[in-house]
Amino acid sequence: MTGTSKRESFRDVQVDPLPQRIDAYPTQTIAGFPVRPGQALPFGATPVPGGINFSVYSNGAERMTLVLFRPGEPRPLAELPFPPSFRTGGVYAMTVFGLDPESIEYGYRAYGPFEPEMGHRFDARWVLTDPYARLIAGHETWGRPSAPDDPYPYRARVPYGDFDWEEVVSPGHRHEDLVIYETHVRGFTAHPASETSAPGTFSALVEKIPYLKGLGVNCVELMPTYEFDELDNPRTDPTTGRRLYNYWGYNPLGFFAPKASYAATGRFGMQVDEFKNMVKELHRAGIEVVLDVVFNHTAEGNEQGPTISFRGLDNSTYYMLTPGGYYANFSGTGNTLNCNHPVVRQFVLDCLRYWVTEFRVDGFRFDLASILGRAPDGSVLPNPPLLETLAHDPVLRDCKLIAEAWDAAGLYQVGSFPAYDRWSEWNGRYRDTVRRFLKGDAGTVGDMATRLAGSSDLYGRRGPTASINFVTAHDGFTLRDLVSYNTKHNEANGEDNRDGDNANNSWNCGWEGPTDDPEVLRLRNRQSRNALLLLLTSRGVPMLLSGDEVGRTQDGNNNAYCQDGPQSWFDWRLTEENADLLRFTRCAIAFRAAHPALRPRSDRSAPVTDQLFPDVSWHGVHDWTPDWSADSRLLAAMFYAGLPSGAEVQHDCVYVAANSHWEGQRLELPRLPEELAWHTFADTAAEAPHDVYEPGREALRADQSRALVGPRSVLVLVARSRL
Amino acid sequence: MQIERQTVGDVTVITLDGSLDSSTAPRARLDLEKLVPDGGRVLLDLSRTSYMSSAGLRVLLTIYRQSQRTGARVALTGVPPEMREIMAATGFLTFFSVSDTVQHGVQELTA
Repeated sequence: MTGTSKRESFRDVQVDPLPQRIDAYPTQTIAGFPVRPGQALPFGATPVPGGINFSVYSNGAERMTLVLFRPGEPRPLAELPFPPSFRTGGVYAMTVFGLDPESIEYGYRAYGPFEPEMGHRFDARWVLTDPYARLIAGHETWGRPSAPDDPYPYRARVPYGDFDWEEVVSPGHRHEDLVIYETHVRGFTAHPASETSAPGTFSALVEKIPYLKGLGVNCVELMPTYEFDELDNPRTDPTTGRRLYNYWGYNPLGFFAPKASYAATGRFGMQVDEFKNMVKELHRAGIEVVLDVVFNHTAEGNEQGPTISFRGLDNSTYYMLTPGGYYANFSGTGNTLNCNHPVVRQFVLDCLRYWVTEFRVDGFRFDLASILGRAPDGSVLPNPPLLETLAHDPVLRDCKLIAEAWDAAGLYQVGSFPAYDRWSEWNGRYRDTVRRFLKGDAGTVGDMATRLAGSSDLYGRRGPTASINFVTAHDGFTLRDLVSYNTKHNEANGEDNRDGDNANNSWNCGWEGPTDDPEVLRLRNRQSRNALLLLLTSRGVPMLLSGDEVGRTQDGNNNAYCQDGPQSWFDWRLTEENADLLRFTRCAIAFRAAHPALRPRSDRSAPVTDQLFPDVSWHGVHDWTPDWSADSRLLAAMFYAGLPSGAEVQHDCVYVAANSHWEGQRLELPRLPEELAWHTFADTAAEAPHDVYEPGREALRADQSRALVGPRSVLVLVARSRL
Repeated sequence: MQIERQTVGDVTVITLDGSLDSSTAPRARLDLEKLVPDGGRVLLDLSRTSYMSSAGLRVLLTIYRQSQRTGARVALTGVPPEMREIMAATGFLTFFSVSDTVQHGVQELTA
């Protein structure tokens, strides 16, 4: 940058109609740039009148240098040491005038001791990425490595923060009304059959909004969307020799920066705008956005890992260290973020507030959230300050906070996660119980009943909405594979099938993997529908794994974190091939939306007095007579809600019979008052298209007192007026 | 960046020639604010715009918002394919009506 162009851009800003700040002038020149002592807050790089304010902290550094680059150039344009007078405590702040945000990349060099045993790993050879970087350049193309000699591979830039949201606001769904759809931004549209204009991007996801709306989900949970390193996986597929990736992205590099290669406009540095537009269009369609966030470790790995940002800025602040200065590893990935260190706690809060205020996201799912409840020494805190802070933060008040309530070091807190009446949990117990029930395990009926009714044993105080119910998630088998494989088949991951969970509670229905056997295929189809139907009639918040609605397979791979290819991608041809299953899922979601009895409100208003039935009742072969014995494989629940409708009460009543026995069973139906009659909504024993009816058009049953639930089948009835 | 103005019937056609980025955006914005007549009809011809950065897109949106306040109508024409993709992906395109040629643009604005 020449002195002339600097003066020009400075002059350009002078014409801004806003009144000038009285400190909007330089006090000195460093490395040829006009500067003044900066504002310590906010952290990060912030456009200010006439220039950019840079603020970075390090409690351990002895001095700090701001390093400026022209975009993409290997050598710095300038290095500006922070004078001592520009430092407040451990915060280094400088305003540099005349900088054009679009033509500058910046980083820091931190000087201090390299004494790992004391927790210090300062190394001024590296230019460090600002932990608060909101735009990161250098990895706009998925899978393209950095140049080996690049001294600064993840280059912080300064985005524009403004965006025109028009009148669009979040739909603000109540917890109990949510149907969450877990998906991967790249995998959702990377397959050529997606026929999107920029496959694998935020904008391609926008093109698929009509599909999501048609399906009926009202919340997408996006697997990691911040900047991460997809190339940190050194393994190859042993059969093909093809390189493996970190496709899922649970290895953050830039917590504030949308992933550039997930943006069609990443090469123009417009991923912030593209991400915001995605949220805006999803909101316009009535769909909320929950981000999967990973505040348990970073991509810097262990002692052998690269120095990219945190390690070089303040190693002992950001990471949990052992007494000898090694990295504690509660995450299973080499290091552990020091979440309950006061500085890191503030960092996490700043980050979440940024995504909520600037990107308007509706919530977060916290990967391995139990780590967030560990003290800096790794011990489990009874009252973790970070979790409490997030629960009570005013900016986050309306956010959905969802914990994956366990970690990789054995802490399992499903039902006991420190929730402050605020947090929901991925209910791992729900997943395990439904799977065991479906494959016909003995002794699971009682537990299945508890899961179906909202897991009051785990969430009695918080209510069913604390339970995020799921049968499948990204981590594990897809639904199709759950009914097609007894064991995992992860050979392609390059670890001799050692990786991935062994406890899948899966059943292949008689043959391991692909088959033409019509009996096996019929049973698999039925088992898939059974799972979907139980999920979507259970109290709590259902979460679907993207692709399960069309029978997506991963060929038995239950840990496809490294598979960037058709095995992981959503194959859009399946929407036609398995149109019956898609229709079934769509109807089941719509049925849930139509029946308040399945979605009791978390803040229940006064109950209606003249109720017909209890809000949940249990039945069996005989009505009002459940069989809880160890050999029982039959469960029938009736969900009821009496809804005030003027002076009258409107009755909403749904009957769910689940039979995991290999033989069909004849059931007595609970008797309804004269004006109501049982109608069949779904019967997985029936072949499509008679397996499900459009909600509101359910079929009147000829026999009102009895019903047959087929072998390994689920039957759902609804009480409707006879007219 | 050169900005040229001509009048076709009742429509002011403004051609943006060159690169619209952060170095040219402030000046372009001032010039355009002056050139967009209150209550008038304006067609922005981007066929000679070689590059449009984030700052450039913000100029277009600012002009659009200004035109809404003054009752003017602003449309685009000659948007190069790549620029169109960027505008679509970032949502900027939804604000504008876009036509292929100046002639069509003028017709639509006067229809």
